[in-house]
Amino acid sequence: MTILDGLQMAIRSILANRTRSSLTILGLLIGVSSVIALIAVGQGAQEGVKARISNLGTDLLFIRPVASSSGNVRGSANSGATIFAEDAEAIRNASIPGILHVAPQLNFNAQAIAGENNQQVSIIGTDHEFLPARDLIIESGSFISEKDVKNSALSMVLGSDIASSLFLEDDPIGENVRLSFGGGRISFNFRVTGVLQEIGGESQQDNYVFIPVTTLQSRIRALRNTSGNTIINQITLRSSPGINQDSVSTLVSDFLTAHHNKQEPDFTITSQTQLLEAASKVNAVLTLLLGSVAGISLCVGAIGVMNIMLVSVTERTREIGIRRAVGATSPDIALQFLLEAVTLSVCGGLIGIIVGIAGAELVNEKEILGEVMTTVIQPWSIILAFFVAVIVGIVSGIYPAYRAALLDPIVALRNE
Amino acid sequence: MITLNSISKYYETEAGVVSALVNINLSIGESEFISIMGQSGSGKSTLMNIIGCVDRPSKGQYLIDNIDVGTLSDSNRSRLRGKLFGFVFQSYNLLPRLSAIEQVELPLLYQQIDNRKERAIQALISMGLSDRIHHTPNQLSGGEQQRVAIARSLVVNPKIILADEPTGALDTKTGLEVMRIFNELVQKQGISVIIITHESNIAEQTNRIIRISDGKIIEDTDKIVKVKA
Ligand SMILES: Nc1ncnc2c1ncn2[C@@H]1O[C@H](COP(=O)(O)OP(=O)(O)OP(=O)(O)O)[C@@H](O)[C@H]1O
Ligand SMILES: [Mg+2]
Repeated sequence: MTILDGLQMAIRSILANRTRSSLTILGLLIGVSSVIALIAVGQGAQEGVKARISNLGTDLLFIRPVASSSGNVRGSANSGATIFAEDAEAIRNASIPGILHVAPQLNFNAQAIAGENNQQVSIIGTDHEFLPARDLIIESGSFISEKDVKNSALSMVLGSDIASSLFLEDDPIGENVRLSFGGGRISFNFRVTGVLQEIGGESQQDNYVFIPVTTLQSRIRALRNTSGNTIINQITLRSSPGINQDSVSTLVSDFLTAHHNKQEPDFTITSQTQLLEAASKVNAVLTLLLGSVAGISLCVGAIGVMNIMLVSVTERTREIGIRRAVGATSPDIALQFLLEAVTLSVCGGLIGIIVGIAGAELVNEKEILGEVMTTVIQPWSIILAFFVAVIVGIVSGIYPAYRAALLDPIVALRNE
Repeated sequence: MITLNSISKYYETEAGVVSALVNINLSIGESEFISIMGQSGSGKSTLMNIIGCVDRPSKGQYLIDNIDVGTLSDSNRSRLRGKLFGFVFQSYNLLPRLSAIEQVELPLLYQQIDNRKERAIQALISMGLSDRIHHTPNQLSGGEQQRVAIARSLVVNPKIILADEPTGALDTKTGLEVMRIFNELVQKQGISVIIITHESNIAEQTNRIIRISDGKIIEDTDKIVKVKA
């Protein structure tokens, strides 16, 4: 018997039992398609996060405070947070090679009142270098100027979303916005000097209000510690394009540690590259997890194939006897059942690929539970799923085929 | 051509050892038309299955053309079986869903013989089934199914056709027709045909009758003839 004859025979037996074959194929199909679709979802999430991070540009470094580990604490009220607004100034003045821009960032919430509109806003207290550091573009008016910073001016710049929600269609430039802090105990009138161009994407970036950090520092006592410094949330550094961020990071770290009069850094510097790596790691785990779930369903499909093949061997005992009587050897019989299992798996695999791709395309760019889902189909996942399906077919066909081959022809023939 | 020397077959069951065949000595040559008779359970089918290399004896020696079948591997026995023997069964034993021509092609496929279609059609025509070539078993009468089965047993040009109660499920007229076909094969093609039957009018049409009782041969007309001669 040639493989071709065997294949023909296998296809006939599969067609002879359509319902059963379809259900078996369905089991594998679900396995294969979920491997492809779920890996596409995992990969989509990964690319999404990557895109979000690289949206900021890849040349960024962030300095953030760390909660001091026990022992180093100097008993200060703010001992946990250890970077200050003046640190940004110091780094800037140090002219560290490879650093283009330095911008402090103090995050703060306040109530914004503009005419009839009154809403909670997120404020970033920063200075004039925030615009080039973050690579933002001004839509109208101007960003916080060096002079504004020096004078602790009551000027503000609006993100595009917050501008339209506070002023609707009106031009906000020159208008007054009242910001009230600390539950209304302190409030100031700010004048809008500029509106940023829309950034888009899923981040909240278009919802920020920017004011000079010095304004906050000098006007709100609660933000100053005993030595008059203001603790800030982070410092953004923009490094020269293409420069080795690790070496820049070391220079800054050494400088700031010395500046703080410390032996060990009491802050962390994360580069955009590191963030990307960390995010990739998290998402690789997610992809692995989704892939495993899909892999399990593939296994269930495989067990289905084995189950059906075992039933088939039992049901077709007499057929096996007849085939043996007309000269089939045990390997012939084994090959026949093996080919049936493999044909079922290949069918399941091929249809699974189509369904998997279609499924991934279907949810791509669709909003699900308020999140826009992106899927990225990985060619390797298609190849992997298909080969796993075929190997699964072979593996789950071997045992039934072996059982069929072992059947004594006389027992098979006497079986009624 | 084939020789059975002291062949015995035992089955171990919970109720003890069942002797299906005891010390059988038998030789069969070419162009013989033999019937095996005996009561139900006497061991007829067991004997036939051993002859056809489907079953194996518990004891004794079985020679085909001086080859000791007991020494052959399972696969070699399968090939030998496919080449030398054609099987015909009481219940036809056609594969469901296969058309007549595909049934007949089956032994050719396993033996990798070329011109399968032509040979199968030829065999079916010789059985008078030229207009039933693409019918499946459930579209054929009992007699037609049995003729497809005979065509299947014939198509590889076997030396011996083994038929276990081939007329058992057929009416008298169709049964006689099957016997006529067998007789013709013996006469014209030199094939030996061994049938098992319960009907003496069927057995009478063969040239040699072997009677079995409790696994032993109690009469073999071949020997009687030889003794007489
Ligand atoms: N697998 C087995 N295990 C135990 N006993 C068996 C087995 N196969 C056959 N036998 C016994 O061997 C004996 C001979 O069986 P066999 O089928 O050869 O009889 P038979 O002459 O063909 O009968 P029938 O005319 O009813 O077909 C019977 O007593 C049967 O019960
Ligand atoms: Mg019998």
